[in-house]
Amino acid sequence: MAIIKTEDLTYVYSAGTPFEKKAIDSLNIEIEEGELVGIIGHTGSGKSTFIQHLNGLLKPTSGKIYIDGTDIWQDKQTTLETRFKVGLVFQYPEYQIFEETVYKDIAFGPKNMGLSDEEIDKRVRETAKLVEISDEQLEKSPFELSGGQKRRVAIAGVMAMRPKVLILDEPCAGLDPKGRDRILDRIREYHKEYNSTVLLVSHSMEDVAKIATKILVMNNSSIVCYDEPPKVFGMADEIAKMGLDIPQITKVFNALKEKGYHIADDVYTVPYALKKLLSYLDEKGVKLDA
Amino acid sequence: MLKDITIGQFFPGNSIVHRLDPRFKIVITGVFITFLFCAENFYGILFGMLFVALTVLLSKIPIKMIFKGMKSIIPLIIFTSVLNIFFIEGEILFSWQFIKITKEGLETSLFMILRIICLISGTSLLTYTTSPITLTDAIEQLLSPLKKVKMPVHEFAMMMTIALRFIPTLIEETDKIMSAQKARGADLETGGLIKRAKALVPILIPLFVSAFRRAEELAVAMECRCYRGDEGRTRLKQLKSGGKDYIALALSLFFLDVVIFFNCIF
Ligand SMILES: Nc1ncnc2c1ncn2[C@@H]1O[C@H](COP(=O)(O)OP(=O)(O)O)[C@@H](O)[C@H]1O
Ligand SMILES: [Mg+2]
Repeated sequence: MAIIKTEDLTYVYSAGTPFEKKAIDSLNIEIEEGELVGIIGHTGSGKSTFIQHLNGLLKPTSGKIYIDGTDIWQDKQTTLETRFKVGLVFQYPEYQIFEETVYKDIAFGPKNMGLSDEEIDKRVRETAKLVEISDEQLEKSPFELSGGQKRRVAIAGVMAMRPKVLILDEPCAGLDPKGRDRILDRIREYHKEYNSTVLLVSHSMEDVAKIATKILVMNNSSIVCYDEPPKVFGMADEIAKMGLDIPQITKVFNALKEKGYHIADDVYTVPYALKKLLSYLDEKGVKLDA
Repeated sequence: MLKDITIGQFFPGNSIVHRLDPRFKIVITGVFITFLFCAENFYGILFGMLFVALTVLLSKIPIKMIFKGMKSIIPLIIFTSVLNIFFIEGEILFSWQFIKITKEGLETSLFMILRIICLISGTSLLTYTTSPITLTDAIEQLLSPLKKVKMPVHEFAMMMTIALRFIPTLIEETDKIMSAQKARGADLETGGLIKRAKALVPILIPLFVSAFRRAEELAVAMECRCYRGDEGRTRLKQLKSGGKDYIALALSLFFLDVVIFFNCIF
């Protein structure tokens, strides 16, 4: 059974005013447990609106959402429980930090869940380790940390609740390449460690290509496709028309193909490209020095 | 939610009312308030309502919006009418133990309700049809004679402009922070007074932090563009007045006269 399922999910902002805007339109999707889904789409395509429905923060204008087979709006209790089942990290999550110490801020979510003190302590320390926050930093004021560190603390705050589904809205926005890789790395680690389902929103194909097992493409308030990365990047032309970029390495391989060197169609990360390229050269009998 | 507050909201459009010079609109609003308070009988108030109805029609603001704005003053309306109905002496229509309802009481409260409705809908038309920035510009110019007596009119107007400009931003930010904390399981809706006050901490602290950050950024940005206060400052958009503004003002003065005339003959 799919862990996330939506039926004709539609949401309209400011209904009944001149600012009325249909942000998502009849979304139907089923996401299996354990996937790491990259959600891509250009700004304004409805990504943030969509994910805020999954933990019950926005109530659909029409349509239904099932988490683990339960309609999350069936009663008040279920809606509240969904908040703990589905963890949502907003864009620029460091702006929600408020406690005196990093430790306390990470503990805020678990505390709201009503866990015992030992359990909270265990989770805070485990999660801090996972996102590479040292014990010493745990006792610091969060406002003394660097941007990237703050971001990791804020993400840890949601991870510490151990949600079955973890959703992150543009977790890499505004970070340098190194900070970006580090965050993506930590997210992949969490996915592996806790076997949870992870949804990662981004407008950068490059980021998503690195870690996703499935890709969901959104355009103009609708879902264009939901498939494995090779298949999605195979539609390079359509994706380019939506104003999205495919990974640079995929572009290189597509260009090579046009020139008559058909190496592979499913290349979207550099290490994989290297492997394919080497075996291709091998096949053609080209010898490389070391 | 916070977004549902419509009083004081600007409603973009291109009607004749939108295009009037904001300085005239402020003056006309003043005239309007004056004649509402001058009105001593129902004829005067009905005439005031006619004025509002005409302006609403001309401004092309959906009637629904006007009614929506009314919702927030319902408590005020109920409060004043209760006071009037029960505490005005006169010809008794109905009595039960110590409660008395008089004909005069009923009349006065109906009169007050109509007056409040007129007042709120008429004045909110000013903000519905004028963008906050032009409104403060107009206020600055109307008050500029006070600069002669060393009143910091420009600074005051600039502060107002900035405040108005950042209200929507802060509302949006509050919404965002509230959602983020709710996603972390913060309970904002249940519990007693103390618990609720405590639940505000995770919202207020990030909000203050971000307000200060924005203030600093804005100050730096203004300095970078050489903002030095009022002295020698020119405007991109000069306020212009023309025939239609004088006609509108004349019309509102005519209404004022008629109301006073009604006071005399009825
Ligand atoms: N709070 C809001 N009020 C009104 N319209 C909104 C709001 N948030 C988003 N929108 C509109 O909904 C559409 C989808 O926005 P969003 O879900 O934020 O897209 P994305 O996250 O893909 O950039 C956009 O056109 C945006 O302008
Ligand atoms: Mg977004």
